[in-house]
Amino acid sequence: MSDAAPIFRLLDVEKVYQIDRGGWSRLGRRPPRQLAALDGIRLTVRAGDSVALVGESGSGKSTLLRVLLGLTESSDGRALYRGDDIETLTDDKRRSFQRDVAMIYQDARASLNPRLKALDLIGEPIRQHALCRESELRDRVAALLARVGMPADTADRYPGQLSGGQVRRVAIARALASEPKVIVADEAVSGLDVSTQAQLLNLLRGLQHEMGLTLMFITHDLAVASYLCRRIAVMYLGRIVETGPTKEVLRHPLHPYTRALLNASPRFFEPIAETLPGEIPSPIDLPPGCRFAGRCPRAAQDCRTHEPPLATTHTKREVACLHPLID
Amino acid sequence: MAIRDLSGADRGVRLRAPTLLRFLARQLDARPFFVIATVISLAFLFAAIFAPWVAPYAPNFQDPDALMAPPSAAHWCGTDSFGQDLLSRVIFGTRYVFLIGFSSVVIGAAGGLAIGLAAGLTHGAVEWGLMRFVDAILALPSLIMAIAFISILGPGIDKVIYAVGFAMIGPFARTVRADVLQVRAQAFVEAAGLMGVDRLRIIWRHILPNVVFPLAVQATIRIAEAILVSSALSFLGLGVVPPAPDWGLMISEGRAFISIVPWISGVPGAALALLLISLSIVGDGVREQFDPKLRANR
Amino acid sequence: MMTQQSARQTNVLPLTRHRDPLLSFADISLARNGHSVLDRVSFDLGRGETLGLVGESGAGKSTIALVAMGLLRSPAVTLEGRMQFAEHGNLLAEPEAGWATLRGRRIAMIFQDPASALNPCFTVGRQLGDPLRRLLGFDQAATRRRSIELLESAGLNDAEARLAAFPHELSGGMQQRVMIAIALACNPELLLADEPTSALDVTIQAQIMQLILSQVRARNASCIFVLHDLALASQVCDRIVVLYAGQVVESGPAESVLRRSLHPYTNALKSCVIELDTETLTPPEGGLPAIGAMPAGCRFAPRCSRATALCASQTPPLRALEGRDIACWHPG
Ligand SMILES: Nc1ncnc2c1ncn2[C@@H]1O[C@H](COP(=O)(O)OP(=O)(O)OP(=O)(O)O)[C@@H](O)[C@H]1O
Ligand SMILES: Nc1ncnc2c1ncn2[C@@H]1O[C@H](COP(=O)(O)OP(=O)(O)O)[C@@H](O)[C@H]1O
Ligand code: SF4
Ligand code: SF4
Ligand SMILES: [Mg+2]
Ligand SMILES: [Mg+2]
Repeated sequence: MSDAAPIFRLLDVEKVYQIDRGGWSRLGRRPPRQLAALDGIRLTVRAGDSVALVGESGSGKSTLLRVLLGLTESSDGRALYRGDDIETLTDDKRRSFQRDVAMIYQDARASLNPRLKALDLIGEPIRQHALCRESELRDRVAALLARVGMPADTADRYPGQLSGGQVRRVAIARALASEPKVIVADEAVSGLDVSTQAQLLNLLRGLQHEMGLTLMFITHDLAVASYLCRRIAVMYLGRIVETGPTKEVLRHPLHPYTRALLNASPRFFEPIAETLPGEIPSPIDLPPGCRFAGRCPRAAQDCRTHEPPLATTHTKREVACLHPLID
Repeated sequence: MAIRDLSGADRGVRLRAPTLLRFLARQLDARPFFVIATVISLAFLFAAIFAPWVAPYAPNFQDPDALMAPPSAAHWCGTDSFGQDLLSRVIFGTRYVFLIGFSSVVIGAAGGLAIGLAAGLTHGAVEWGLMRFVDAILALPSLIMAIAFISILGPGIDKVIYAVGFAMIGPFARTVRADVLQVRAQAFVEAAGLMGVDRLRIIWRHILPNVVFPLAVQATIRIAEAILVSSALSFLGLGVVPPAPDWGLMISEGRAFISIVPWISGVPGAALALLLISLSIVGDGVREQFDPKLRANR
Repeated sequence: MMTQQSARQTNVLPLTRHRDPLLSFADISLARNGHSVLDRVSFDLGRGETLGLVGESGAGKSTIALVAMGLLRSPAVTLEGRMQFAEHGNLLAEPEAGWATLRGRRIAMIFQDPASALNPCFTVGRQLGDPLRRLLGFDQAATRRRSIELLESAGLNDAEARLAAFPHELSGGMQQRVMIAIALACNPELLLADEPTSALDVTIQAQIMQLILSQVRARNASCIFVLHDLALASQVCDRIVVLYAGQVVESGPAESVLRRSLHPYTNALKSCVIELDTETLTPPEGGLPAIGAMPAGCRFAPRCSRATALCASQTPPLRALEGRDIACWHPG
């Protein structure tokens, strides 16, 4: 897939939030603090590709998606959609972007207007892009609902009348309604029952195969990443620390953080593994050196002074670590 | 597939199709005050609509044999200084009360919706200008505001409606704008934008319905305030002109005799107090019913 | 494992039971507003054991935890059966005064969402000190000393400074550590943990689970975990109770229930678990039956691949089989 046309490209994207200290500091005695949510992100998503974005909460995954979709302006660097800056798409290109790219939100319920029925919610993108006649709308919505495993009478229900798993399904049906080529999903299956999660994962995988969807999938579950996505990008504190083919990365992680994430996932009948110490710090006023140094079991002297860039190793894998796990 | 959590689901269904009576029956147990207040308010409304059939006398019929008569079999609530039956006048007065209350709230809510929506959806100078206008209305109590208006427009029932309605635009606009800002930040608005739904459509389908509903609840609460302000205007002689059987006017007429024949002011006064208290309780109850946060705590 | 097969008679057939359980649920049924939520739930928990309640959302896991905590004692709730705890023969018949001496002191609970379980208006020190003062009668200095000890053993560094912190100043993981310190303040014999880590990252989840286990073991206390991750349950639980639509369908030692499961529903749950090397998932279709529309016979029958006519007409009783309790006509 490496030669397919890139759909999204992030070129050294940075996103810095100014944190207002509030109160007296507004009077200008101290400058506002800088929160670097994203720092030097480089990422390419090609047509037909599936990319998983993993990392602890607060590592910048959602911010990356928002920049990618043009919902949040980057502070530096460029976000390209099919070669054009996402912020300044021409009307034609923007229309194709709106139709070809669909987002599934982390909080599916919040992403659906509580005062509209499923029919209108799922029908909205269909009407918007004039994909069918009004008289055919109901059938089309029913077909979409069937595709996500819901009965046709769901069309007449409001989101408040559906369970968490059902709301996710409606949100997915809605995302599929505009016949998108790219689906971008933020934690689309987390917090669900194992059975519902498994059903939805199979659904997404089926769509991927049938429709050749490009998938960008945020998850904190490495097993979900490996089930759905060919490529993986591991994030820590606003940076991508390791990226490559999912199976390889998870089989032989190069970055100590990737290995820590792997160890932490529960495994049947194995004792709870030695855990990663501490918690992800806040990305405010970061010290120099590797961001992971404070929790890294391999941290050496140079880690605290040199920031490792995301570099290609001899195995054609990319990792940002001065002492990667190549042994 | 089966529905997992029915508790949430059928609550939603029930909300949508309430026949008032069944609703009241279920509520009587849980909230007796709300039910009593609703019944009283409905009784007043009934009296207003069917006044000619309910009232024993015409509102301006003067009984020369019973000037300032105390309550009796012929005049249940007594008569005033012209010998007019107080009960009948109070009953006919409910028509003014509701007419003024509803109409002015409709004006206030409509104006508030327009201004609040505009202020919530714009930035910069337009928003600033609109909000200063709203602040100006809010700076004065609604009664003072209405008095100022009447002094320009002159007295009369239609003028009272305009004046009270205008004074209500301020508070309505404030809440609408706050709601718009809150709804606008919701993920479903952003999601619609991402799908390419255009701005007007987003406002019409996604923002407006989520703003209008709380506005309607707010309006039921504000009816009582509108009635109070309009009665105060009449009491001050600035509103409805005599001999119309307006409650404020009647209280004012009886004021001179308050120590010897207290019922002339007392009857319309009691009616006003009863209606206002009932409407407030109803308004609170409606809000409680539809505000998910309050409901969860019950 | 401390279980043994005894021939103690319950309603239908002999069950695998404990000789001296700390907690024993015997045929506990619970209805909310007339709707059955739990149906004849039975299981035992020995001293020093950990037990995992697993099942799909709405199966009744949290409800069991609340019953064990004595928190479902309202007119809208009808409770039947027997709940034996330590020397108490049947706590369900106990008046509120009796519960008050147990709750927080001998039975404590940790909730799923620490942010909403902690009071945002009070400092950590105040919320941690409260049970110490109120239940154990500690004085000011002793409370402070013990609070610091508890926070330190809950893995919070800089414990002294944390006493003055408000909950919102702590991360989710730290809040859960505070919750654990509060729950363990009175050295309870039974700890209930309702999805203690589902709001947390996997890395923090491992830390918190290890913390709970080490603390519970150090006190020889028993612990009931409500979990939806079977792999995690296999790592931390000695015994597993699988619930479906308010009924126990399979319960026993984790080894037998999870490794050599016999109930079709347990197998279905296992087939939903996704691991790194999972190639295909084969989850059961559909979801739990709606509360008002429970199937007549086995409640799992509409989704079960082994279902027969017998299953659809008769409820399978909970009975002992190969070292576990199971409710199924066609196990295997
Ligand atoms: N306050 C309540 N009022 C009415 N029904 C309730 C209430 N709380 C729970 N239920 C119902 O009781 C059943 C069991 O709920 P419970 O919370 O014990 O499930 P659970 O197994 O803990 O699920 P989850 O994994 O989602 O936490 C469900 O059908 C639920 O809808
Ligand atoms: N609107 C915002 N203002 C300030 N900080 C933000 C904002 N959005 C995100 N952040 C910060 O950026 C970092 C990354 O957040 P996010 O992208 O949400 O992470 P993730 O999705 O991986 O959990 C966090 O430290 C978060 O607090
Ligand atoms: S650079 Fe050093 S501190 Fe950073 S991950 Fe690699 S070994 Fe650890
Ligand atoms: S009793 Fe029958 S339907 Fe129920 S789980 Fe066993 S085989 Fe399946
Ligand atoms: Mg996120
Ligand atoms: Mg629960």
